[in-house]
Amino acid sequence: MTQLANPSRTAAAPPQTTALVQYSRAFAGLFLRDLFVLRRELFPFVIRVCMNPLLFLFVFTYVIPHMNGGAAMNPTAAMAGNAFSTVLLPGLMAVAIMFSGIAAVALPLAQEFGVTREIDDRVMCPLPVAAVAIEKICFSALQSMVAAAIVYPLAYYVPAVHPTTHVGNWPFLLVVVVLASLTAGALGLTIGTTVKPQQIGLIFGVVVIPITFLGCVYYPWAALTHIRWLQVGVLVNPIVYMSEGLRAAITPSLPHMPPALILTMLTVALCLLTWLGIRGFLRRVIG
Amino acid sequence: MIVEIKGLQKVYEGKQRVVAVDGIDLNVAEGELYGLLGPNGAGKTTTISICTTRALPTAGQVKIAGVDVVASPAIARRGIGVVPQYNTLDRSCTIFENIHFHCLYFGFSRAEATHRTHQLLAQFHLTERADAYPSQLSGGLAQRVQIARAIAHRPKVLFLDEPSAGLDPQSRIAMWEAVRALREEGITVVLTTHYMEEADELCDRVAIIDHGRILVEDTPAALKASIGAEKVYSLDLHRREEVATLVETLGKVAGISAAETTDKGVRIFAHSADGLLAEIVQAANPYGLRDLTITETSLETVFIRLTGRDLRE
Ligand SMILES: Nc1ncnc2c1ncn2[C@@H]1O[C@H](COP(=O)(O)OP(=O)(O)OP(=O)(O)O)[C@@H](O)[C@H]1O
Ligand SMILES: [Mg+2]
Repeated sequence: MTQLANPSRTAAAPPQTTALVQYSRAFAGLFLRDLFVLRRELFPFVIRVCMNPLLFLFVFTYVIPHMNGGAAMNPTAAMAGNAFSTVLLPGLMAVAIMFSGIAAVALPLAQEFGVTREIDDRVMCPLPVAAVAIEKICFSALQSMVAAAIVYPLAYYVPAVHPTTHVGNWPFLLVVVVLASLTAGALGLTIGTTVKPQQIGLIFGVVVIPITFLGCVYYPWAALTHIRWLQVGVLVNPIVYMSEGLRAAITPSLPHMPPALILTMLTVALCLLTWLGIRGFLRRVIG
Repeated sequence: MIVEIKGLQKVYEGKQRVVAVDGIDLNVAEGELYGLLGPNGAGKTTTISICTTRALPTAGQVKIAGVDVVASPAIARRGIGVVPQYNTLDRSCTIFENIHFHCLYFGFSRAEATHRTHQLLAQFHLTERADAYPSQLSGGLAQRVQIARAIAHRPKVLFLDEPSAGLDPQSRIAMWEAVRALREEGITVVLTTHYMEEADELCDRVAIIDHGRILVEDTPAALKASIGAEKVYSLDLHRREEVATLVETLGKVAGISAAETTDKGVRIFAHSADGLLAEIVQAANPYGLRDLTITETSLETVFIRLTGRDLRE
C-alpha cells in the first residue's frame, strides 16, 4: 500500500464518454451495488420470501386436509376439487412477487428518505434522477422473480395433494412474471415515496393485507361471480392481474381471465404506478 | 470562471413564503478556495443544493465548468463533488465499498475503481478502517470518508456544506488540512460555514451572506481591512438613556474610527493606540460601565458592522 501513499495525479481519469454510455454505466453501478448488498443479506431474504407461503401451505393444504372432516372446514376446497393447492400455487407466487416489491423498495426508501438521507449519494450519480427510480424498480423486479421461483417448489411439494400444473405457453409465463415483477417494484416505489416515513409501519395493515386478501390470491376471480360488486371492485387491484396471469400461465385448468386482458391490465398498472412512483421520487429528492 | 451563479433566486412557496436565496451573483475562479459565510438560515445550503442539482432555482442560472445545472444535471454532476451537511454514507456498505461503488457509478472500470479507492484511503489515512461500516465511525472520520468519496471521480469543483459542523477542534484541524491538500490537486472548493475562523483560515475569498443576499465579497484580509480598525471594544453599560451623547463624544476621540449603540451599550471600532483604553473607560464611567471586552477585528466584525447583528444570533 505504501507506493499508493502519494496521491498520484497520473492515474486514469474517468474516460470522456457519450451521455448514453455514462448513464448506462451509472445504472449498472447502481444495480451492482444493490446486488452486492442483497448478497450479503441473502439469508434474511430467503427467510422473508419463504415464511408466509410456507405457513399458509402447511396449514391449509397439509394440516387441515389431515384433520377429520378437514375438507368440509375448508371453504374453497369444494370449488377447486381436492386441489385447493392448485388455486394457491399461482396466488402465493403473486403474493411473493408483490411483497418483494414492498420489501425491496418501499421499506428501504422510507428509511433513506426519513432517518438516514443516504439516498442523496445515489441521486448524485451522473444519470437522470428518474433513472435512479427505474433502477429501484428493476432491481426489485429481479428480487420478485427470484421470490416467485422460490415459492413455486414450496407450493408444489408442501401440499398433501400436489397441484395440477401445466405450462402450455412458456413465453406467456415469462411475460407475465416479468410484467408482474416490474409492477410490484413500481407499486413499492409509489408507496415508498407517497407514505410519510414515520407511517411506513401502517402500510402493512392499510395496503399490503387488503390488496392481498382482495387480490384473487386464495380464490380465482371467476369464483366471485355471485358477489358481483366485489368481482367488479377488485379489478382496480393490480394483484388480481398478477394472480390471474399466473393462473392462466401455470394452472390453466382453473377458470381465469383472458390472457390478452391480463397483459393489457398489467401493462396499464405498470405504466401508471411507474409514473406515480417516479413523480413521487422526484418530488422527494429535488427541492 | 468554473462556478458562475447569475441572479439566483429560490422561493419556497407554502403556508409561509420563504425567500431562501434572493438574487445571488457569484463567480469562483478555478483552483480557488471559496467560502460562503453566513448565519443559520442565510440560504447557504439552498445555494449549494441548487449548484449541485439537488434543488431547482426559482430564477437565475448556475453553470459549473460551463455546464448549466438545470438544463443538464446529469452531465453537470460529473464535474461536481458534494459533501452535504448531514452524513449520507451508504450504511449497508463498508468504507471501501462506499468509495468503490462511487467510482463505479462514475464509469470507472472495476480495476480503476479499486486502484482509486486504495489511493484515496491512503491519502485520507483511512486504510485501517477500510472494512468498517459508517455507523462505526466517529464524526470526524465519517466526514473524511465523505470528502474522499466526493472527490473520487475527480470532480472539478467540490462543495462542502458546513464541513466542520459537529466536529471537535482536533477533527476540524484535520479536516482543514485535508481541504488544503485538495487545492494542491487543483480542485476548486466552495464551502459554507458559520465559523468566521474557518472562513478566515481556509478561504482565498469569502462572500458574507445574510437573508439570501451577498453583503460583501472579497479576500478575508481585504474584508477585515475594510473596517478601518484593528480592535473592537464592546461596552456593557448600566445607564443607557443618554448613550447617544457618549457615542458622539467617543466618535471624536483620536484613534477611534467609529462608535455605535448596541442593545447592551456601545461598540467602538478603533486602531491600536496607547492610552486609548484609559480614555474610553474614563468617558464611559459616568454611564455605569459594567463590562468591557476587547477583540481583534475579524470577519465576525465585518458581519456585525454590516448587519448590526452577531453571526450566532
Ligand atoms: N424545503 C424547504 N421548505 C421551506 N423552506 C425551506 C426549505 N429549505 C430551507 N428553507 C428555508 O430557507 C431558508 C434558508 O435555509 P438554508 O438551509 O439554505 O440556510 P443555511 O444558510 O444553510 O442555514 P444553516 O446554517 O442553518 O444550515 C431558511 O429560512 C429555511 O427555513
Ligand atoms: Mg445549511
